[in-house]
Amino acid sequence: MKTCNNSTGWKLSVISALIDFHPKTGEQLVSLFLIVALPFLGAVFPALLIRAGRNACAWSAGVTTLLAFIGLMINLPAVMRGEAVTARLEWLPWLGLNANFFLDGLGFLFAALILGIGLLIILYARFYLSREDPMGQFYTYLLLFQGAMVGIVLSDNILLLLVFWELTSLSSFLLIGYWKHLPEGRQGARMALAVTGSGGLAMIAGMLILGHIVGSYDLSVILQNKEMIQSSQLYLPALILILLGCFTKSAQFPFHFWLPHAMAAPTPVSAYLHSATMVKAGIFLMARMWPVLAGTPEWFYIVATTGLITMVLGAIIALFKDDLKALLAFSTVSHLGLVTMLLGFGTEIAAIAAIFHIINHATFKAALFMSAGIVDHETGTRDIKRLGGLRHLMPVTFTIALIASLSMAGLPPLNGFLSKEMMLEETLHTVWGHSHLLVPGLALLAALFSAAYSFRFIAHVFLGPKRSDYPAHPHDPPVGLWLAPAFLVVLVVTIGLNAQAMVGPLVKVAASAVTGGELPYVKLKLWHGFNTALLMSTIATIGGLILLVMHGGLERAWNAMPRPEAKTIFDAVIGALTRLSRAVTDTLHNGAISRYAMIFVVFTLAIAVYAYFTGTMEMPTRDVQDAPLLPIVAWFCLIAATAMLTFLHRNRQLALVLIGVVGLIVSLSFNFLSAPDLAMTQISVEVVTIILLLLCLNFLPKTTPVDSSLTIRVRDAVIAGVAGVGSAALIYAVMIRDFSFPTISEFHLANSYKGGGGTNVVNVILVDFRGFDTFGEIIVLGIAALVIFALTEAVLASNVRAYLLNRKPEWPQSGDTHPLMMVVATRVLMPIALMVATYIFFRGHNLPGGGFIAGLVAAIAFVMQYMASGFTWAAERQRIFYHGIIGSGVLIAAATGMGAWFNGLPFLTSAFGYVHLEPLEEFELATAALFDLGVFLAVLGAVMLALESLSRFAWQPGMVTEHAMDINPKRDDPPPEPDPDEPATEEGK
Amino acid sequence: MELLLATAVGVLTASGIYLIMRKRTFPVILGLSQLTYAVNVFLFATGRLAINQPPILNKYAEVPYTDPLPQALVLTAIVISFGMTAVIVMLALSAYLSSRNDRIDLTEEPGDDA
Repeated sequence: MKTCNNSTGWKLSVISALIDFHPKTGEQLVSLFLIVALPFLGAVFPALLIRAGRNACAWSAGVTTLLAFIGLMINLPAVMRGEAVTARLEWLPWLGLNANFFLDGLGFLFAALILGIGLLIILYARFYLSREDPMGQFYTYLLLFQGAMVGIVLSDNILLLLVFWELTSLSSFLLIGYWKHLPEGRQGARMALAVTGSGGLAMIAGMLILGHIVGSYDLSVILQNKEMIQSSQLYLPALILILLGCFTKSAQFPFHFWLPHAMAAPTPVSAYLHSATMVKAGIFLMARMWPVLAGTPEWFYIVATTGLITMVLGAIIALFKDDLKALLAFSTVSHLGLVTMLLGFGTEIAAIAAIFHIINHATFKAALFMSAGIVDHETGTRDIKRLGGLRHLMPVTFTIALIASLSMAGLPPLNGFLSKEMMLEETLHTVWGHSHLLVPGLALLAALFSAAYSFRFIAHVFLGPKRSDYPAHPHDPPVGLWLAPAFLVVLVVTIGLNAQAMVGPLVKVAASAVTGGELPYVKLKLWHGFNTALLMSTIATIGGLILLVMHGGLERAWNAMPRPEAKTIFDAVIGALTRLSRAVTDTLHNGAISRYAMIFVVFTLAIAVYAYFTGTMEMPTRDVQDAPLLPIVAWFCLIAATAMLTFLHRNRQLALVLIGVVGLIVSLSFNFLSAPDLAMTQISVEVVTIILLLLCLNFLPKTTPVDSSLTIRVRDAVIAGVAGVGSAALIYAVMIRDFSFPTISEFHLANSYKGGGGTNVVNVILVDFRGFDTFGEIIVLGIAALVIFALTEAVLASNVRAYLLNRKPEWPQSGDTHPLMMVVATRVLMPIALMVATYIFFRGHNLPGGGFIAGLVAAIAFVMQYMASGFTWAAERQRIFYHGIIGSGVLIAAATGMGAWFNGLPFLTSAFGYVHLEPLEEFELATAALFDLGVFLAVLGAVMLALESLSRFAWQPGMVTEHAMDINPKRDDPPPEPDPDEPATEEGK
Repeated sequence: MELLLATAVGVLTASGIYLIMRKRTFPVILGLSQLTYAVNVFLFATGRLAINQPPILNKYAEVPYTDPLPQALVLTAIVISFGMTAVIVMLALSAYLSSRNDRIDLTEEPGDDA
């Protein structure tokens, strides 16, 4: 038993937790973490190894599963002693969500089924899938599913269990829809996801209620609190919600309909998901929760009744299905109903019978699914009507299917007989309402139909005369395909003959985990003497044979009978929901973005007005400062520019000039109002923004047409005006009052130099106090630049490229594309600009400047080269990809932050010191400067990548002269007339 | 002084919102830029206005400083808004080049067009 919930050294404990030693006996245990993690880790390999061949792919999946299986088996002795092996790791303790696992008898049984049958399925699928099927994907999905299932059965935390539960829904969706080209596959997968997924949502609610009642989300705690849960008023809602999850997952009536439709999956998936694992998850959970939920009348009537109905209904429908897999699917529904009913009885013996039947059903049903797959594979059809007489052609398959289906029918001496006898015996002791006969009667009916469809599976597929019209030439498959079902059939027989020795202890330890206590002594044996259950079995078998003989007539009657078709109802419900949500969405989102903007603004204003009239406002506490002449002039410029921009925005080039004026005044205002860093940032951003908009305007129309009527424009102007007045009033109200409580700014001012080593408080906040924010922001900026790059790639790869290449300029181009003066000036300026950037970067910690501004200035220096000398010229000289610059910036920032870990400090804790090197003055070295370098590089790379991407749109062949300083005066001349004397050109011939 | 700044914010906001409600991409981009100025100045002004009190620590004298925190927030906001503008510009351009149309609305509301 290993517990490692000390949070300090948890990284180390993860590693040491993988292999544990038993504290008392010193036995070596394999950690549950490893068992759960192995399938997830292994899921990577098949997807990668498929390049090395299908065998390598299958081996990697098989070995992973085998390792997990061996790991599980190593824990067997401890489980058999009745101990619970645990592995605990605090994950989000304040949410009650911990990665706690425990392994008891029940979990062991299910994990062994999941991993053991998983191993057989991997073998079977290797030979079942054809060359066209993407096998790597298949095994990856399969292992993901397997990991999720193992996670469910080993979880000790119900929130963790829910995570795995949803993972099984998702991964089974991928598996059921594996043959994406088949519409039935896609529909079946969607239906399974819709049904099990919505059940899962209900279950989340139920589990949260349960956790709320007990005050803990750990199963081991919940299971100790039966009285507290059952006396709670919330018991019934929690029970119903949890059962909804279980019933949808285990295909119980009325949610049984998804299972047959999921049969569109490849047979290995059906054999795995729908015999041994996924559908058993619901059963598992009912068994797991049995100690605290069972034993009440509510539990009995809901669970046992649902199970009973499902058992009878599934068995009857199965008899009339012609598709082999549909027959097996409904039979599975029926058998799941049987187990559910047994759990619903709430007695210890019924629990033993349920556990025993889970084992038996998994063995014979998986074998049957695999045999059905073999028949399908070899004959080319699964339609019973087109089959028959296969016993001579496929003797091996026949033998396997015969034994497995006789076990399903419940004939001695096979394992299906034993658990069915126990079930029938239990029903005899069950009173439903006041009736002693209802439950046994219906159970007998189900057993009778169960025998009938099992016999039909044999008689109509393998017996009878050989036919001449099979779609393919049937013969027994290669050994790889029949080995797995054969192994299961051997288990069917040996468990049947020698149940107590084979599985007796396992059933006992699992069942005592279900009931949570001591069990009455039950010996699993074949012969119980002549009793009522044996009589019922005999009736069921004989009745089954009679039904088989009468099948033709019954089938006609069945087909003539009107029945609700689940898929039609499901599709109608889904269709109605889709129409409803579409109607809502279309009404709210009609595609008119102007309307969204208007609604947003009006709504915000309404909230503001409400706040104004319901809140209280204190009297002004600050004096208004006098305005010198300079700001008044600037104010007039700003108002004039904004007004002109708003009224004249249809002339787009003029609008750009005006918005430049606005930006300039904003940056000057920052400077005037004691924010030099902001002023520098604003003015350099202004430059790149205007360049960006100019580049964009190159392609867009140069004027904006009038789209809206005068009324609309007046309406918009009124809304905008009100919003403007509101924001002006709000900020004015803020500015003439003091802070209502002390701000954290004082802290920053006081600690900037002491703690951060810099006198420029704004820069210290950016690179030190709020370094994590800045780190996120440079990542966002990098992502934005990458988005722009990706969009450019996508657009240039589409047919837009042809349009761009053939685009004719709207007006005559300048003959002087690269003016000499400009080229010379920018080239001279380049080193100076870079030096300025360096200077700004280095002084940033103590004086206005820093990585952001330096990055922008450097970007401007580079952009100047593109503008003056042309894209081609500049691009040829640019040897480092901008992507790399962004990436290195983010990495440097991250590495600087991580450096703090090595000193045992949190991410991004900075350090600084002062160095004195002769003959230099004493200077400071701070890790924050290194972080700022990351900021610098990320900003530089992002700005350059954005602008470079945009300018790639303008590239046209032949538009560039050979040298940037060349002038091509002939550009505007008419093309030379073809010489009439010249004999003939290529086209002329 | 406060009144000047407040009215400037108001005018910028009004202009930005009016332009955002136009139906072509370019005025919407201009409107977003105007609104960005308004919001940045608004945020900056929540630190209250101060003249000649930059938050650069003076080692030699006890002088008052303005609030550095809104400045740091606005500084990154300016840079991020450049990234946002660039992405929107690129979206607008791609949409125009792909459809030869720079309208922003998917539907044409009858009566809304002149």
